[in-house]
Amino acid sequence: MSTENDPGGMTRRQLMRHSAWFGAAVVLTVAGGEVISHVAGSSGAAQQATPALRFAQISDSHIGFKGPANTNVTDTFNHAIGQINGLGYTPDFVIHTGDLTHLSTPDQFDQVKHMLGELNTPHVFTVPGEHDSTDDAGQKYRQAFGAGTRGDGWYSFDVAGVHVIGLVNTLNMQKLGHLGADQLEFVEKDVAGLSSDTPIIVFSHIPLFAMYPDWGWGTEDAAQALSYLKRFSSVTCLNGHVHQLFSKTEGNVTFYSATTTAYPLPAPGQGPAPKPVTLPAGKLRDALGIREVSYTKGQQALALKDQKLT
Amino acid sequence: MPAMSGMASPPASASATTADAPVPQGGTAVSISDFKFNPATLTVPVGATVTWTNNDEEPHTIAAKDGSFHSPGMDTHGTYSFTFTTPGSYDYMCSIHPFMTGTVVVTK
Repeated sequence: MSTENDPGGMTRRQLMRHSAWFGAAVVLTVAGGEVISHVAGSSGAAQQATPALRFAQISDSHIGFKGPANTNVTDTFNHAIGQINGLGYTPDFVIHTGDLTHLSTPDQFDQVKHMLGELNTPHVFTVPGEHDSTDDAGQKYRQAFGAGTRGDGWYSFDVAGVHVIGLVNTLNMQKLGHLGADQLEFVEKDVAGLSSDTPIIVFSHIPLFAMYPDWGWGTEDAAQALSYLKRFSSVTCLNGHVHQLFSKTEGNVTFYSATTTAYPLPAPGQGPAPKPVTLPAGKLRDALGIREVSYTKGQQALALKDQKLT
Repeated sequence: MPAMSGMASPPASASATTADAPVPQGGTAVSISDFKFNPATLTVPVGATVTWTNNDEEPHTIAAKDGSFHSPGMDTHGTYSFTFTTPGSYDYMCSIHPFMTGTVVVTK
């Protein structure tokens, strides 16, 4: 178990070792936005294969938030961690897609880092949210989570035949999320030597697709980054920021927004602003959750399974 | 209210508090509500101290586009003040929600 970002440390050998522990009973595939479950062995050989990679995604823990929409974000984040630890297998890694903290204070970074250390997984990866870089261009974030990353905190690694890229799109923003020239160059060079059948997974906090630009739910120069990924047969982009599940497919790329462990936000354009939504008593956990992601060799699409917070 | 680290070293002419700040008199106050600065454009004489108050449940910041001032994250009911000593037009935004923009016009 490690709380350190360790993009270079995930070797294929480690993954193959972990894969010996896997024993999938149910495989969920996502096709055209529909989640389809198969009992292993019930429908074709592909579903019988053991996933080569399994990881979990959590997002938008907003440690330090104290509003009525969730009066105890520490408690709900703890539940999310417990839910991942109770999956019945050890995820190869856990990705937190940003807004770890609410106000980027040193105490909040210390607290969320300590909590992530409770995850039963060999690796925890993160990308920063804009709440993690409110006043210092991400310096405190990188101090806590930037070990082994490049530039302003971006990174990539290979695992189980999959190429994973973690991007930072919450710095130097004008209106929307922003990657910048240095990071775009990193992406271009990073994938240049890869075979086009290499599955690609991209993490970012803000969506790389235009989910609702009037609320900043998009990334101004994402099209440039995605142009470098056009030749790949399978590209999966996982983001946070919007505090709700959403998916969209554009050509070879499928985007999946994750929900939060803290508090819901309105659906795009519902109301005057992306303000925290206070749900009726007892309904909050239905809006929060965790996500499992798996990749099985020979299958084009990754399988995603979103779970409500229990 | 958690400590806000950015408060440790605000700009020399700025101050920020999380609550209970004196309410500014006259036309030097900007309220933040529903992710909007109100008024969006504020005109003040040189030497005036402008105070922003966050009335949203989400935190906001005040960040000059020319970099001349930048508040820490202001939580709910947090305030930030900045004294304008040079005439001019200052565009600013919330660095957390950069679609929120405002302007302070400082007259001689």
